[in-house]
Amino acid sequence: MKFISAIIEKSVLIIPIHIQIKGIHIFQKTKRAIVNTSVEPCFIETPLPDVSTLAIEDIDVSNPFLFRQNLWQPYFKRLRDECPVHFQKKSAFGPFWSVTRYEDIMFVDKHHELFSAEPIISIGGQPEGLAIETFIAMDPPKHNLQRQAVQSVVAPKNLKEMEGLIRSRAADVLDSLPIGVPFDWVEKASIELTCRMLATLFDFPYDKRHQLAYWSDVAASSPGSTGGTGSMDEAFTVAAEVAKQFSQLWRDKEAKKAAGEELGFDLISLLLTNKNTHDLIDRPMEFLGNIVLLLVGGNDTTRNSMTGGVHALNLFPDEFVKLKKNPSLIPNMVSEIIRWQTPLAYMRRVAKEDVELSGKTIKKGDKVVMWYVSGNRDEREIEQPNQFIIDRKNARKHLSFGFGIHRCMGNRLAEMQLRILWEEILKRFDNIEVVGDPKYVQSNFVKGYTQLIVKLTAKTL
Amino acid sequence: MGTITFIEHNGTHHTVNVEVGKSLMQIAVDNSVPGIDADCGGSCACGTCHIIVDNEWIDITGSATDEEEQMLDLTPEKEETSRLSCQVSASAHMNGMIVRLPEFQM
Repeated sequence: MKFISAIIEKSVLIIPIHIQIKGIHIFQKTKRAIVNTSVEPCFIETPLPDVSTLAIEDIDVSNPFLFRQNLWQPYFKRLRDECPVHFQKKSAFGPFWSVTRYEDIMFVDKHHELFSAEPIISIGGQPEGLAIETFIAMDPPKHNLQRQAVQSVVAPKNLKEMEGLIRSRAADVLDSLPIGVPFDWVEKASIELTCRMLATLFDFPYDKRHQLAYWSDVAASSPGSTGGTGSMDEAFTVAAEVAKQFSQLWRDKEAKKAAGEELGFDLISLLLTNKNTHDLIDRPMEFLGNIVLLLVGGNDTTRNSMTGGVHALNLFPDEFVKLKKNPSLIPNMVSEIIRWQTPLAYMRRVAKEDVELSGKTIKKGDKVVMWYVSGNRDEREIEQPNQFIIDRKNARKHLSFGFGIHRCMGNRLAEMQLRILWEEILKRFDNIEVVGDPKYVQSNFVKGYTQLIVKLTAKTL
Repeated sequence: MGTITFIEHNGTHHTVNVEVGKSLMQIAVDNSVPGIDADCGGSCACGTCHIIVDNEWIDITGSATDEEEQMLDLTPEKEETSRLSCQVSASAHMNGMIVRLPEFQM
């Protein structure tokens, strides 16, 4: 598909990106109809077996219902204990290695010279014809150049400028929630908060903010990539729409800049005023790749940590008491929430040469999945890993942001958003009681919630 | 023995005892010097124990290795004498050394 990207690069000045994506979509649809290639997998849910009944080689942690059925803990514990570097040779996504212990994950993440992040970080591939370029899935030196170009956008210095606006919009959402009546925290709080924060960060038209969450959901839910519920047609439609709307936003701000108007502290303005990225739009697949990366990176992750925190404090009610007595624990609790939830379960690599790891030989070209969700519960590294402890010592030591050169760029932004959320929650509510069983996302990648019914108790003065 | 002074971005000084053989990151953490997160616990894999060594002392500490550079490249506050403090081992020659902390860790 490289040639398609190349054609887009060349013709972008004449034909807008979104029109080109529509063109590729028609091409791919026609091709599928004629030669019947790249048929998307379709996952039908059946109850997963008790892991203790399975032969070790039959354990398949890429099953997109493992998180949904909340069976992941015993599955990964068995791998950590019996076969920490595990080969599954016939999954729906092809053969792959699972790395499940903290120490081994750290090794793989650190050694980018042995393990490539290309072409993509999900277990399965990207939809054919939609190979956008994002630096999370690039190796040095290209990775470093592209990341350096955009990372200042979420540097803590810039975040300080955005904190006030993010706080006031979070306060608006919390003030609008019903008291004493059951409602879905995912929909009314987590998604709404994340949309508003994303709209704030991108300075995206505020009334269209819900599109941001929808686009991000579609981008992350391709069945062939992660076992999600999306479809290839939907992915193309969304890619075209993202390209169109963000090109418009870019051009508007560019015109402002040209007219000598002052630009704000939003991601697009910062990209426009950075010498390395001011012409990013002339490299459309890179432009689209960066926008999608920032969207997905800032959406599912934060949203599910916002829900995960509420869920965890209900499972461990003494911690809620501890928190209310001592709100200065919030920053430490934020790290603990991110560990306990692990909103993105893994990152995938490909071995660049044969590598020995914990007694197994990973062959050059093999897929290697670093299961952060398992490493974050590794008893060898973390004491009482299944407990949620808001004043845990070394809470920052979790794997959820990854380590090494691909470490999460938005880590400080995520921590800031969650800190603000909990500071504002404690000002308003005495309790957030979970009153229904949580419902979980179908995916092997996004570890999150589709529903969490809660009831709020207002703070008594 | 001897002392090392960590200077926070806001100018606050923290003078602590040199413990030969320990990493500067560990010394800072053990003495509760704020602004050293050390998320990866000293594996040169996160970049959150960034320090800027005073020019006069860089010959004693040595410059950042290639491995450190890769992580330091992720922070906009990187300077010529930036190091990851988990990769600098304290020695008796460091008595009186001054290192500065960045405004933010990445």
